[in-house]
Amino acid sequence: MYVPSVTNPIGDYVREWVPQLVAYLPESLQGETTCSVIAFAINAIICIIAVCLVNIGSAPILIYMERKVCAHVQCRLGPMRLGWHGTIQTIADVLKMLFKEVYSPQGADKKLFYLAPLIVLIAPFMIAALIPFGHNLLVANVDMGIPLIIAVNGFGVLGILLGGWSSNNKYSLMGSLRSGAQMISYEISFALVLLFVVMVSGSTNLMEITNGQAGTVANWMIFKVPVLGFLAFIMFFIASTAEMNRAPFDIAEAEQELTGGYHTEYTGTPFAMFYLAEYIALVTNSALAVTCFLGGFHAPCIGFESVDQILLKVPGVIWFFAKVYFMIWCYMMVRWTFVRPRVDQLMSFEWKFMLPVNMLLLVGGAAYIALSI
Amino acid sequence: MTQENISTKHYIKRYLKKCITGPWSLLCGLSVSLKYFFNPKKIVTEQYPENRKTLKMHERYRGRLSMVEDAEGNNHCTACGMCERACPNASINVQPTKNIAGKKVLGRYVYHFASCTQCGLCVEACPFGAIEMSTAFEVATTDVTSLEMILNKKEGQG
Repeated sequence: MYVPSVTNPIGDYVREWVPQLVAYLPESLQGETTCSVIAFAINAIICIIAVCLVNIGSAPILIYMERKVCAHVQCRLGPMRLGWHGTIQTIADVLKMLFKEVYSPQGADKKLFYLAPLIVLIAPFMIAALIPFGHNLLVANVDMGIPLIIAVNGFGVLGILLGGWSSNNKYSLMGSLRSGAQMISYEISFALVLLFVVMVSGSTNLMEITNGQAGTVANWMIFKVPVLGFLAFIMFFIASTAEMNRAPFDIAEAEQELTGGYHTEYTGTPFAMFYLAEYIALVTNSALAVTCFLGGFHAPCIGFESVDQILLKVPGVIWFFAKVYFMIWCYMMVRWTFVRPRVDQLMSFEWKFMLPVNMLLLVGGAAYIALSI
Repeated sequence: MTQENISTKHYIKRYLKKCITGPWSLLCGLSVSLKYFFNPKKIVTEQYPENRKTLKMHERYRGRLSMVEDAEGNNHCTACGMCERACPNASINVQPTKNIAGKKVLGRYVYHFASCTQCGLCVEACPFGAIEMSTAFEVATTDVTSLEMILNKKEGQG
């Protein structure tokens, strides 16, 4: 009987440890298969808990961070009353959201209405499983990592379209249709930039992409390819902002025109799930940016022996999350600075600017590879 | 969107120009928000009930109307009644009196705070700079009669 196994040190440790546990079971149940099945189950549970912790745990932190960053950009203080500098405010808000009544509007397609927030949550959770958080912290070491991420990202569009359509509300439908058009357009740029990364690093496996950037800061993808790397990073930044439906590309929500877009009709927990999906997508997209361009979990060594030794003592996970939160901060600064473009401007920006530049980027990447060999 | 009739050369020129000016203007905007983000001194929010003792109101804040008085309580009011006429809500009632020399001077400057909107038109109208908007903002009260007040301590000197 074939039982899949988790190939990382934690998985090995569990596999080593399970036979000792199985010894306590009755004779008839002992055997190779039982051991491997139990080991796999324990590993799977550990992985699920880890992914859920990273995703759901980061959401309240991000909401607090967003409020504070937004406030300081606008010369305000943000939440200050509840707890030290308003730290408990988010928890209070989440509790309020959970206790609210869940209801659907008249004439809504109830099944799809409640399915939509679940579908929106699929994509960020699946991407989180593919990202290497540390040297040995990786849930699924998939060889076709980047194509899988591009494929899975499409779930977000489906959820938003379903949510808008099943709400039986013209504003929701308008918002979701706009966002569908936007996300499908920007997915092309998103995929092309990731293709550039794949081309330069020569692998679609996220672990190998990260390990290809080991060494000093100069080996990171953003600096490895002169000029083109930085350009690709900015392209990725723009495309991923549009993919996440965040401002300045938040025409799906467009509070001023569409009263909230696709989640106008949602209340309580389903609304919280849309909100959660937005913030988890922020984490996963930042993590993807860090993995592809900023050296993943590698320390930012600068080439001096004495400094590097101190930097290398810090575990990779901490470097990874430090970089991720820096990226998130960048996304937030952009969100609270720039204005939203009109729908037609948004589309012409993608098709007339992003796409040609990405094509040129691919050509430049090919030239770089040809010249460096 | 209107269709424009421009040559391809002109279009490309404009496109390339936008590619440079666009990011530059975005960077200008970003620099402003970065400046605000890294400069906590720029924050204008006041933690009001907590910092009540140290709170300093802005100079141009328009609170309750008050009379400009020197140390002895003398004012500059001549009871001309310009403020009374300028007031859109009839919140001011200047009651003149005659001094020993028989000259018209200020008797009582009655101010109905309940109907005042703190528009400041009376201060602008006053030719002698006798009244000002004070920075007092904690003016809530449970007693309606306390909102009708006489602003001058002394009669006007004329």
